[in-house]
Amino acid sequence: MQQIKSVNDFVIRFANTNGTGSASANNLFAKTIFRMGIPVSPKNVFPSNIQGLPTWYEVRVNDKGYVGRRGGIDIMVAVNPQSIAQDIKVVDPGGYFVFDNTKPLDLRLHRDDINTLGIPLTDISRREYTDPRQRQLFKNVIYIGALSALLDIEFDVLKGLVHDQFKGKEKLIAPNIHALELGFQYAQENFDCPLGIRVERRDMVDDHILMEGNAALGLGAIYGGASVAAWYPITPSTSVVEQFEKYAKRLRIDPGSGKCNYAIVQAEDELSAIGMVVGASWNGARSFTATSGPGVSLMNEFLGLAYFAEVPTVLFDIQRAGPSTGMPTRSQQSDLLLAAYASHGDTKQVLMFPSTPKECFEMGAASFDLADRLQTPVIVMSDLDLGMNEHFSEPLDWDDSVTYDRGKVFSEQELEEMAERYGRYLDIDGDGICYRTYPGTHPTKGSFFTRGSSRDEYAKYTESSEEYVINMKRLLVKWETAKEYVPKPVIRPASKATKDGMIYFGTTTASAEEALDILSDKGVAIDALRVRGFPFNSGVEEFIAQHDRVFIVEQNRDGQLRTMLINECEINPQKLKPLLCYDGLPVTARWIVDAVLSSDGNNKNTGKVIPLSKEVKV
Amino acid sequence: MTYHRPEFRHPELPTNELGYTRKHYEGAISTLCAGCGHDSISAAIIQACFELSIEPHNVAKISGIGCSSKTPTYFLGNSHGFNSVHGRMPSVATGANLANRDLTYIGVSGDGDSASIGMGQFAHVVRRNLNMLYLVENNGCYGLTKGQDSATSDIGSAGKKGTPNPFEPIDLCTLALELGATFVARSFSGDKDQLIPLIKAAISHSGFALIDVISPCVTFNNTATSTKSYEFVRDHIDATGKTDFIPVQQEIMADYEPGFTQEVTLHDGSVIHLYKKDEDLDLHNRLSALQAIHKCKEKGEILTGLLYLDPDCEDLHEIVGTVEKPLRDLDEAALCPGSKSLDAINQSLR
Repeated sequence: MQQIKSVNDFVIRFANTNGTGSASANNLFAKTIFRMGIPVSPKNVFPSNIQGLPTWYEVRVNDKGYVGRRGGIDIMVAVNPQSIAQDIKVVDPGGYFVFDNTKPLDLRLHRDDINTLGIPLTDISRREYTDPRQRQLFKNVIYIGALSALLDIEFDVLKGLVHDQFKGKEKLIAPNIHALELGFQYAQENFDCPLGIRVERRDMVDDHILMEGNAALGLGAIYGGASVAAWYPITPSTSVVEQFEKYAKRLRIDPGSGKCNYAIVQAEDELSAIGMVVGASWNGARSFTATSGPGVSLMNEFLGLAYFAEVPTVLFDIQRAGPSTGMPTRSQQSDLLLAAYASHGDTKQVLMFPSTPKECFEMGAASFDLADRLQTPVIVMSDLDLGMNEHFSEPLDWDDSVTYDRGKVFSEQELEEMAERYGRYLDIDGDGICYRTYPGTHPTKGSFFTRGSSRDEYAKYTESSEEYVINMKRLLVKWETAKEYVPKPVIRPASKATKDGMIYFGTTTASAEEALDILSDKGVAIDALRVRGFPFNSGVEEFIAQHDRVFIVEQNRDGQLRTMLINECEINPQKLKPLLCYDGLPVTARWIVDAVLSSDGNNKNTGKVIPLSKEVKV
Repeated sequence: MTYHRPEFRHPELPTNELGYTRKHYEGAISTLCAGCGHDSISAAIIQACFELSIEPHNVAKISGIGCSSKTPTYFLGNSHGFNSVHGRMPSVATGANLANRDLTYIGVSGDGDSASIGMGQFAHVVRRNLNMLYLVENNGCYGLTKGQDSATSDIGSAGKKGTPNPFEPIDLCTLALELGATFVARSFSGDKDQLIPLIKAAISHSGFALIDVISPCVTFNNTATSTKSYEFVRDHIDATGKTDFIPVQQEIMADYEPGFTQEVTLHDGSVIHLYKKDEDLDLHNRLSALQAIHKCKEKGEILTGLLYLDPDCEDLHEIVGTVEKPLRDLDEAALCPGSKSLDAINQSLR
């Protein structure tokens, strides 16, 4: 039988039961390979459930540094009888199926084209442990030990990691290592180790880190100077504020008093959370909230207020699969239109699109400067894949000479020296951004009334059509200014001249870049551009103009970025070919390659509509 | 607007401790209906702030949407104000207060804004004991949309539309007591002698202070069949007693009969005196306040005055443990941990 053979280049998937402690064992596997100098990318595919439902954990190992999802599965570790029937089906021909053979495999599931390796995990742990919880936990550690032998993973590195992970809980080290040894031994005694797939130490990691995007965003908010965080728990954004709090407890305690240089409030809902952010920002503190699509829906009214009243507001949207409750534990990039035009009336919101934890950190911190400069909401668009999975990332970096840019704010002294009347909405500099004052600045000058209703340049309530239009037009001037304030796109030229282009953003990046290399090897040259901000920087329009055909790769059904490009840049829709992957799992490089090769990219509207005589009579 | 308030003031207007006259505390001219109870409340806020000698710019006025929420434009013109969205004033006030604990926060809301669309936020701001005056201008109807019943309208009460309200009313005072409010009072816009000391006491209280002020709507709910009309309220009002507010270090001048007064010292050292009508009412006892309200209600009366006060409470800042300095004044040195800490974090992620 054919056997997949590779060194440092494979995809392994673990099929577990939710709530059995498998994620930490699987993480041990990924991190050990990372410590052997090989880039890895673990992805947790989990259910909306605390205990009992099937859950998967996929690790891509690749010493060329491709860390997006590749597609296909070379090794399956099947520990969950609930999902074993589907798990065995998805293994690539020639791949390996490692399973718990305490119960023999149903003969109907047997496949001739894959290598099947049975390990009696339940038997071993039943023999070794008496406590039911231990039996469950160590079963996971036993298969990691077996994989160490099967894939030639350095056992010492594995042991070292166990020591690091249980620092402070030393009692747990010895039993964990014992469990690893049990698995290792069993594999050595029963199989030809290593398999055709194996790992070998490399030096490809440099100073990279493994970090979740949500932790990086929370830390970015710390470094960006946020002092007020208000939030409402919602998957997959919850860990943003939890991580902010974790770091704040370490880094933001006033040494003199032991008190907090920050405040965190768990609000009663998302409306209240964003209201607190607007209130705190209005009053001069840097403030943020984190949520996901359903939360952004609820926050719409306040986002419109903050746009119109011009209050800096920072929001992190960790997108998940909608609509409605959708698939709350699956990833998607489907909140773009919701966020870009959040709220009723003519509104446009500033967005940023990070693609790595390093960018989450940088954009998380920069969002506060940007919001203060532009005096408007800034929404950082992450997603579940980026937020909740550990990503192979360049290390975080901070320049100590950086000072915060609080934007146009008049100080007490500036007000004191001012001869003319202060006008909150006077466009003194012609960039559409006016000067604000914080409450309590000056006894007699600079106070104004903030409102969501129309007002004149001196913030006085008015229903004058003329004043209203002047204000709405000025907001468009500000929008033009914003185009050059948001992060510029990153261009990745093909190795030879081409009239084909590709645009992508966020977590599509790693898979798209791998796909572009694969296509290049096949002789298909495509220039690429990664969008990092909205409104679109002038570079985006130029890139599209330079190409005859541009693929837009997105993880949503309706081609939302494409719609925004057509809408904002007045581009002929025929030119923009949507490549849309929206099954809730991170898009793979193979999927993008196939989509580019198999069609002219128009995979929209494939469903046939059978007309019925049920149209509305009007 | 074609009319304006004359700028001229008597040259010898009385000044407060800071040297300000009452004029420094006034705002723009009201655009509410002539005779609206809300304007009397604005006047009471102006008087209270003047008498308390608060720096006008150190007050932040926050409101939601509705007739009541328009009023912050009509008082304290030298203060920043924020007319936010319907029913969400509490969240904006919470954020603002967290940003700068040194300002005085006055939130103005209405019965629609607090008891209907904003019921959730009202309940939670009470629970958090945010240090603010939360003043409800309660007229039992929706004025700006022309007189629909609100959730505080009594059963059977009928405004200008003429249809009696069939639903149970929400009493914001009893609700706030249940939710742990640390200062609860009810008043009437037509009784400034009661309202002004209550506002002064509420502002001086370091915690959440609710004053539910019955404030008749002259246009839509001042009918003979309404229980929120001037006439009905005047005829059915009862009071817990007479409240005096004595600022810090001021000698208590009034004589009072022992046994019928209760004296509460606030955090800043000022003192509240209640000359009680009802000997059984204990300002420190929630149950006693709830009983007093219900007893009056059974008699068809409206109990006003100070109902409950806990001067030793912890406000939100104390609960979450923030530094004394306003968070908005913290600089990079306090906020940004710097590259060295980041190097250590990077190392922990390898």
